[in-house]
Amino acid sequence: MKADPRGVLTGVHFMDGDHACCEGALAAGSRFAAGYPITPSTEIVERFASRVPTVGGTFIQMEDELAASITLQGAVWGGAKAFTVTSGPGFSLMMEHIGYAAMTETPCVFVDVQRGGPSTGLPTLPAQADMMQARWGSHGDYEIIALCPNSPQECFDLTIKAFNLSEEFRVPVMFMMDEVVGHMTEKVVIPPADQIEVVPRRHTRKPVDQYLPYETNGDMVPEIAHAGEGYNFHVTGLTHDEHGYPNMTPQTQDKLVRRLQNKIREAADRIALFEEEQLEGADVVVVSYGITSRVAQRAIEAARERGLRVGKLRLITAWPFPEKKIRELAAKVKAFVVPELNLGQMVREVERAAAGEAKTFAVSHAGGGVHNPEDILKVIVEASRCPAA
Amino acid sequence: MPGSLINDLGNPVEPFLRSDRMPHIWCPGCGIGTTVNSFARALIESKIDLQSLVLVSGIGCTGRVAGYVKLDSFHTTHGRAIPFATGLKLANPKLNVVVYSGDGDLSAIGGNHLIHAARRNIDLKVICVNNLIYAMTGGQTAPTTPAHSITSTNPYGVFEPSFNLPHLVEAAGAVYVARWTTFHVRQLARSISEAFQKKGFSFIEVISPCPTLYQRRNKLGDGLDAMKYYKEKSKVRHGAPTNEVGLTMTGEIVVGKFVDRDRPDYQTMMRTQYAESLGEMFVEQPEMVCS
Amino acid sequence: MAKGRVSIVVERCKACGFCVEFCPTHVLALSSAFNSKGYHPPHVVHPEKCSGCDLCGMYCPDFAIYATKAPAGGGDK
Repeated sequence: MKADPRGVLTGVHFMDGDHACCEGALAAGSRFAAGYPITPSTEIVERFASRVPTVGGTFIQMEDELAASITLQGAVWGGAKAFTVTSGPGFSLMMEHIGYAAMTETPCVFVDVQRGGPSTGLPTLPAQADMMQARWGSHGDYEIIALCPNSPQECFDLTIKAFNLSEEFRVPVMFMMDEVVGHMTEKVVIPPADQIEVVPRRHTRKPVDQYLPYETNGDMVPEIAHAGEGYNFHVTGLTHDEHGYPNMTPQTQDKLVRRLQNKIREAADRIALFEEEQLEGADVVVVSYGITSRVAQRAIEAARERGLRVGKLRLITAWPFPEKKIRELAAKVKAFVVPELNLGQMVREVERAAAGEAKTFAVSHAGGGVHNPEDILKVIVEASRCPAA
Repeated sequence: MPGSLINDLGNPVEPFLRSDRMPHIWCPGCGIGTTVNSFARALIESKIDLQSLVLVSGIGCTGRVAGYVKLDSFHTTHGRAIPFATGLKLANPKLNVVVYSGDGDLSAIGGNHLIHAARRNIDLKVICVNNLIYAMTGGQTAPTTPAHSITSTNPYGVFEPSFNLPHLVEAAGAVYVARWTTFHVRQLARSISEAFQKKGFSFIEVISPCPTLYQRRNKLGDGLDAMKYYKEKSKVRHGAPTNEVGLTMTGEIVVGKFVDRDRPDYQTMMRTQYAESLGEMFVEQPEMVCS
Repeated sequence: MAKGRVSIVVERCKACGFCVEFCPTHVLALSSAFNSKGYHPPHVVHPEKCSGCDLCGMYCPDFAIYATKAPAGGGDK
């Protein structure tokens, strides 16, 4: 369906990633946010707090991230599209409730504007060191989807995508920004509402006596009902059956947890979004995401000027990780070069997926700034010198 | 049988229960089920629209209430029933949101959310079943466990002072504060009904036996012994100053309605402020229900 | 004629004793019978004294007993 024009700030704007993300949420139909201030994410909810009373909706600043991350889920079950924003330390606090959202299949978006860590780290400076945490931060077996914008424009466009994916798969989606993308100001074009596709909530049409809250068929995603509609459903974080009732047996656990995993994994090809350039005939492929992909572009171009055959694969969905793509490429290229603003996170996934068919080179950076393109270039050159597999 | 004229109405509680999930997991002599009877009675007597009634609970023995009542119900995470309930209420103000949880869940891990929701006067009805212990996990000390009690984490006796919950929530801003015990079944039902009429943060504490852990470890007998103690030692003092209603292991239990005042609730204050500041630009939230 | 009538859901009972203790007219006592879980459920010993107040039902933590008011003119055991 098309976006509600009341939330769409159509026009050509000059705004930073944080502000664009807020506009993306509004365009996607979100009318509820619960947040807690944390640099460098706070501007997203500050803008939302200012916009939403003129659009129709609610922002509440909760007393901590533990509350914010569950208040938004209450709002979802009350009928809203909801999100929260945070950075490293808050993201850590939200982990239990990300797990709750995954377990109860609550569609929602968690924005992490990554900054230097660990702990209090570098509140005003970038990093990309929460990537593994986005995937594995909560306890137990579960799957999430994670997106990485690399510009304010993408902060707008991909926030809408994040909401859409969350509704389609009834899963919490991690929106992995970084401090540079969040605070850089660029042109952001917001189209008219009728050009924006929004995925509606998968609300059941079944009558009350036939509805089971966690019954699924083909695509493994159950239909949802909201509180107050007479369905008298039960939602719990305990292992549950199709009725939503706690059913704590190994059989129910196996069935439920595998479905939560498979509903994402089996759709991984559909979910995977990446930007590719000159992969055909490449010796080296640079795999990057977020702000690092902008820096890597400079290094890639410099390498090509030297005659090296360098392809680019920019991850837009970081999770589920595009293993298939990497595996295919690994058979054809000599090496992957993975620059990240961390000491090696997504590079591990690249290495795992490559399964020894190609070499993997990390270009690590502890955070606090962006890479020097020369540092990435150096590794590209080294990678292209390695013998063919 | 000459009973053909008799109209057997059945248990008045039964329509509110998920009968397919009976029997429940609570121990013999546990008072939680008793509080559910009072809750059901309050629903009947106040003629609440059941469709818009939502129950949110946390983790613990009392938290299991959500799974046994036939309402839209949410069994959330430990300590976070109140913020979840806040989200529900803000997204759909027409919902009547009840938080039904235990003393450990609400006042320990959930303590921060308890005081902020009371401060904000969020329109929630909180039923806090206080069995003075962390029962589900095997009888650990709770912030409400009376001094000198034996628990599994204070095997030589609790030496911390315990919370006086009515005092705490009154200070934080609650507009309705009452305490009963599971002996006071009718008064509890009445308080719950009164809370339904109230707009704002209502808090009803119900002292309840935990025979398996609290009673047994402290050689206080079983559930029935606890009920007899409640009957003998409770004193109804409506309007009592809440700083005077602290509990001890075997002393007097002050019960009654302690606080019943009026303050604008969170959403009223929000609307007023926006209308004042934004005038015509303020858009009252349209139906949050997304299609 | 008794004004009320007690119904007992034997299988739910856990013999906590609340109903026996708090019935205002002492209609009930724990029986020597067993339910399948091994508990002694209550039984009605003074049916004529039942007023149908349903305090037993309100006290029962297991939803295993309740009393209803007998309709005027109708009686039972």
